[in-house]
Amino acid sequence: MKIFKYISLIIIFSMLFVLTYHTSQLFAVEQENVIKITAKKFEYSPNVIKLKKGVPVVLELTSLDRLHGFNCPGLSIRADINPGKVTRVKFTPVNRGTFSFFCDIFCGEGHEDMNGKIIVED
Amino acid sequence: MNIDRRDFIKLAGVCTAVLVSGQESLVFGAGDKMKNDFMFLQLSDTHWGFNNPKNNPDYAGTLKKAIKAINNTQLHPDFIMFTGDLTHTTEDPQRRRKLLSEFKDIVKELKIKDIKFMPGEHDAGLDNAQAYKEAFGETHYTFRHKDLNFIVLDNVSDPASSIGDEQLKWLGAQLKKIKHDSRVIVFTHRPLFDLYPQWDWFTRDGSKAIDLLMPFKNVTVFYGHIHQENYHMTGHIAHHAAKGLMYPLPAPGSVPKKAPVEWDPASPYKGLGYRSIEMGIKTASVKLTEYPVMEMQT
Repeated sequence: MKIFKYISLIIIFSMLFVLTYHTSQLFAVEQENVIKITAKKFEYSPNVIKLKKGVPVVLELTSLDRLHGFNCPGLSIRADINPGKVTRVKFTPVNRGTFSFFCDIFCGEGHEDMNGKIIVED
Repeated sequence: MNIDRRDFIKLAGVCTAVLVSGQESLVFGAGDKMKNDFMFLQLSDTHWGFNNPKNNPDYAGTLKKAIKAINNTQLHPDFIMFTGDLTHTTEDPQRRRKLLSEFKDIVKELKIKDIKFMPGEHDAGLDNAQAYKEAFGETHYTFRHKDLNFIVLDNVSDPASSIGDEQLKWLGAQLKKIKHDSRVIVFTHRPLFDLYPQWDWFTRDGSKAIDLLMPFKNVTVFYGHIHQENYHMTGHIAHHAAKGLMYPLPAPGSVPKKAPVEWDPASPYKGLGYRSIEMGIKTASVKLTEYPVMEMQT
């Protein structure tokens, strides 16, 4: 009988382990730091984004009107933002600082004002 | 004149600066004793149609004044090159055509009739140069003058600021016709190198064009876009940016946000102007002389 007890305990602990692992994975997905940014002529909203150094982040970029770009040379990020489509950019900021970003697809008279900054703090 | 610190030593070794009556000359390559064989003018970023008086209350008159000054000068350029942003951008295709047409009429007043054009992103970035081509023809081309090879590259018709594979292939084919010891002069609107990407002052695939040009011993690039003088070397290739004729822009990275410099009533037209470029045919000499908008020339 004892052997059955041990086997049962092993099975229960194994199940608990598997359950805990998957829950933690699920939790991690839920904890994904997503920042939604909309682009339209000639602004990003928000245009100031604060991030924590070392914490992974996903930028979800959408355009409300036409093709725009998202270029942040200091963080080596560049993406096209097509209207009607969500563009996801995953990265982990590794350095503190303020990094400017801008639209690098010429989009009209206010194109040169279409910019913002990412502030990475400890 | 904005010169990278690391380039200053290089520059000091090859150029001589001369200041005469407010004109600034920089001589590259052969010192004071060079003999130049011909000269052309570079005008850039005229932004016809711009109308913000905070940056230029004489927005309708500046280009015309520069043309008058050029016509009154004793300079005898062989040709004039406009390096893009002839007009200020508009989303209205009809207005775009109207501005291009007005610009064309204004520059007809120049006495020198050999005038060459190329687009900037303000002229061509919203319609892939459709209206520009109707008014001025091709956006990239070559020409020869005094046995020198001139190449005009379009890095603005693609709104993503790329030259594009097709044009790069064309460039490669053109360069195959030229001997490596021949002199090559390139005109672009945007800088081919990463001058300051944070302000969109670069060409996404500019390094590919530079790679194609590298085998040539004597290459000089003249460009606009940044509305100020700038000198930069990529290897042995010299890149010279020109002032604009509507509003100046701040030096790369000198202010948090790039924006046209406000008009200074105490120094009207400050930061605006055009330049002459004297070149030797057999020597590798280049002499740049900067002229203000209105000053009488000698």
